[in-house]
Amino acid sequence: MAACYELSIQPENVIKISGIGCSSKSPTYFMGRSHGFNAVHGRMPSIATGASIANRSLKTIGVSGDGDTASIGIGQFIHLMRRNVPMVYIIENNGVYGLTKGQFSATADQGQKLKKMGVNPFMPIDLCMEALIANCGFVARSFAGDPKQVKELLKSALNFQGTAVLDIISPCVTFNNRDESTKSYSWGIEHEYPLHDVTWVPSYDEIEMEIEPGEIVEVELHNKSRLVLKKLEHNHDTSDRLAAMQLLEETCCAEILATGLIYLNQNQETFQSVENLVDKPLARLQQDALRPSKEALEEIMADFR
Amino acid sequence: MSKSQVKQKEAAGEAEAQRPIVNDFTLVVATVNGSGSQTSNLALVRAFFRMGIPVCGKNLFPSNIQGLPTWYTIRVNAKGYTANKLKADLLVAMNMATFRDDLQDLKQGGVCFYDDRLAEPADRPDVIFYPIPLRDLVNEADPPKQLREYVANMAYVGVLTEILQIDNEEIRSALDTHFGGRETSVALNMKMIDLAASWARDNLPKRDPYRVERMPRDEEHLLVDGNTAAALGAIYGGVTVASWYPITPASSLAETLEYYLPHLRSDPETGKATYAVVQAEDELAAIGMAVGAGWVGARAMTSTSGPGISLMSEFAGLAFIAEIPIVIWDVQRMGPSTGLPTRTSQGDVLILRFLSHGDTRHTLLIPAAPHECFEFGWRAFDLAERFQTPVFVLSDLDLGMNQWVSKPFQYPDVDMDRGKVLSAEDLEKLGDFGRYRDIDGDGIAPRTLPGTDHPLAAFFTRGTGHDERAIYSEKAQDWDANIERLWRKLENVRDALPAPVVQRMDHADVGIIAFGSTDPAILEAREYLSDEGLATDYLRIRAIPFSETVEDFIQEHEVVYVVEMNTDGQMHQLLQLEWPALATKLVSLTKNNGVPLDADWTFEAVRSAEEQRHER
Repeated sequence: MAACYELSIQPENVIKISGIGCSSKSPTYFMGRSHGFNAVHGRMPSIATGASIANRSLKTIGVSGDGDTASIGIGQFIHLMRRNVPMVYIIENNGVYGLTKGQFSATADQGQKLKKMGVNPFMPIDLCMEALIANCGFVARSFAGDPKQVKELLKSALNFQGTAVLDIISPCVTFNNRDESTKSYSWGIEHEYPLHDVTWVPSYDEIEMEIEPGEIVEVELHNKSRLVLKKLEHNHDTSDRLAAMQLLEETCCAEILATGLIYLNQNQETFQSVENLVDKPLARLQQDALRPSKEALEEIMADFR
Repeated sequence: MSKSQVKQKEAAGEAEAQRPIVNDFTLVVATVNGSGSQTSNLALVRAFFRMGIPVCGKNLFPSNIQGLPTWYTIRVNAKGYTANKLKADLLVAMNMATFRDDLQDLKQGGVCFYDDRLAEPADRPDVIFYPIPLRDLVNEADPPKQLREYVANMAYVGVLTEILQIDNEEIRSALDTHFGGRETSVALNMKMIDLAASWARDNLPKRDPYRVERMPRDEEHLLVDGNTAAALGAIYGGVTVASWYPITPASSLAETLEYYLPHLRSDPETGKATYAVVQAEDELAAIGMAVGAGWVGARAMTSTSGPGISLMSEFAGLAFIAEIPIVIWDVQRMGPSTGLPTRTSQGDVLILRFLSHGDTRHTLLIPAAPHECFEFGWRAFDLAERFQTPVFVLSDLDLGMNQWVSKPFQYPDVDMDRGKVLSAEDLEKLGDFGRYRDIDGDGIAPRTLPGTDHPLAAFFTRGTGHDERAIYSEKAQDWDANIERLWRKLENVRDALPAPVVQRMDHADVGIIAFGSTDPAILEAREYLSDEGLATDYLRIRAIPFSETVEDFIQEHEVVYVVEMNTDGQMHQLLQLEWPALATKLVSLTKNNGVPLDADWTFEAVRSAEEQRHER
């Protein structure tokens, strides 16, 4: 995966976790030197939470789909963000169940038609909106047809210290690619509306861009690397949660696929910090740190006598 | 029964009342849930315990926060028989709503202490009644208004102290322990107790035969519940990630972890935690977090009860086939569904053994006393990591939440067994790595932990079919080979598990098999049977898969009664499955209604089964 390579993240230090579904097969396609875990349907967040708390030095990447996240796993998705578990949560969102051959998912458009299922009568779940409601500190949306933006957002997400959600509209060319579907390739190409030009800059690099003053917003991440957002026609403030919700609502009504960083908030404690963990990964602790003394046991037993 | 017969019986009762009965009675306190009687009841139990008298305290409580009837049973028995008793000798009746029913459960010639605002029923002339002017006594003690109701419960403690001759100093020391040395609380309650005791001395001439007497005390013994013991066992087993979801009767296990861990397992220099206890959003997430943590190499556990076990089924299968060590405590309660959520049962044996779909067979540890909860609490981690498999520990509400006299907890006598884990250096030496490859023939394939700094370390964990390199495979021969190794591995678990406990009598042809919290009832019933001339041998199962000792035991006896608290005889079925050739020797005796097993029922069940057997 180019993003990890460019960030020089050591693959041995990465874990790739997924649920079940087409998306969940992706982790097998990248970074063969990283441990991977294809868990059970919709439960990737709990595996990620346990793994991340047990070894805080690992970089966790979760890959999920819209079936995995918006239906069976919506509860775990919300609670993962509530705890702010440090990880990148990628949703490959195509509005359809592919592995079971073409049923509607919970992100499918209302009124959308599928060969096998007919017309979808229900309103879709917007996962970025759910992430905002759950107080996720990094909410971004992108489109698989815009690989450059995906890569920059991913690099930014990997440098964010809490849960970073990246909802990538990823057309299913087999089951949901009719032109009128908002999850189709052609619709995405025609309706994508980048909010800004995103670039991630490592801490040691100077920004090399030709810019007019006032055209860029620069955000420093906790590890001193920076996110540079170059303004396009829309003036979106990524630090304003209410504005982010409004943006999603407006662009949805206007049938526009707004892409880019939707919301960023670095002021929330991570799960590891709330739990006040020792620096050394819990999984690496040995008997000397794990087994209390015999004297301590004697003292406790005295209370029961 | 004619009137004269009743008169004769009463006379006999009176005569019997003259002979003192020392350190042998069952006392039931009937109150209303949430009225704060727990402090009083625990003080009584602790005072008996500190007087050296074998005792148990069982709380029969409703699934309700406040307002429904609650019964606390205290049994003292000099011989150490502390199983449940269905008929009480003494009743403290504090609940108007259940007074008449409670009296029905009082044995013939029993003793009843009651709030004198209740009307004394006429239909139990055999009972010795002691009315207590509760309101007047509380008025006299005059506790702060908001504590009135709590302190009122101390009035019956005071009367019992006087009538049963409980050592007043032990009551005080029990309260001292309860209130963690807060002198004002102790003094407030002791004032009520002393006042009530003094009133009883002046106004209640003793007419009943029951009393207690100090016994030589085994200073080593503990008074403790199984969940506390289990939590401490887990801590001494080095638990690092515990994820859980609140459920009766398992909650107090995780809460006890939270209570002790900050003191026992904070880094001495930084004060930071060497553990994480996470209250999950549900049991699916609770086991998911444990699986994630076990996968990266932490000692991970979760604790739950039946409904939670049902939800954990899918993950249990994943952990089993992906070979991830985790420990799962099941503190059983009555099911299915919500069942009787605050009542005890042994109904999860079958579901745990095979939890999940397809081919699964899990490893179970079954403690019968708090000291075993402690021991199995730490051993479970060693077994899980050594065999890379989920290990279930099967407790129940009776063991988990009630007060038991226990042997002391033994500090672990072996170092932690972290199992076969390959380091970067090991991988360098090996030159090749297949996650599910059996190198030394015991079926246990060495694993690597995520984060191991070596290009060979990574593998892909999955519940789908895989070959020995952990690569996705739907080939029949790969599936067969993996299962063959897995089953070989699990066969080896057998000898590593706690051995059954066998207790014998001379010339016994009859065997009894049981497990878990029924142990005291079985031991007591065997004495009654022996008094009737029926010698029995007793084997207590402490783990599944079964040891060969169990097979030998069945072989050796003409008949073996399998006694358990579930309706269909789940352990009986498992034994029959394991040894079909011996199936006809096994007879199932079951009782499952939420009440802890008692010796009288057990005695009667075995006795009448024996009678039937000999008639055939």
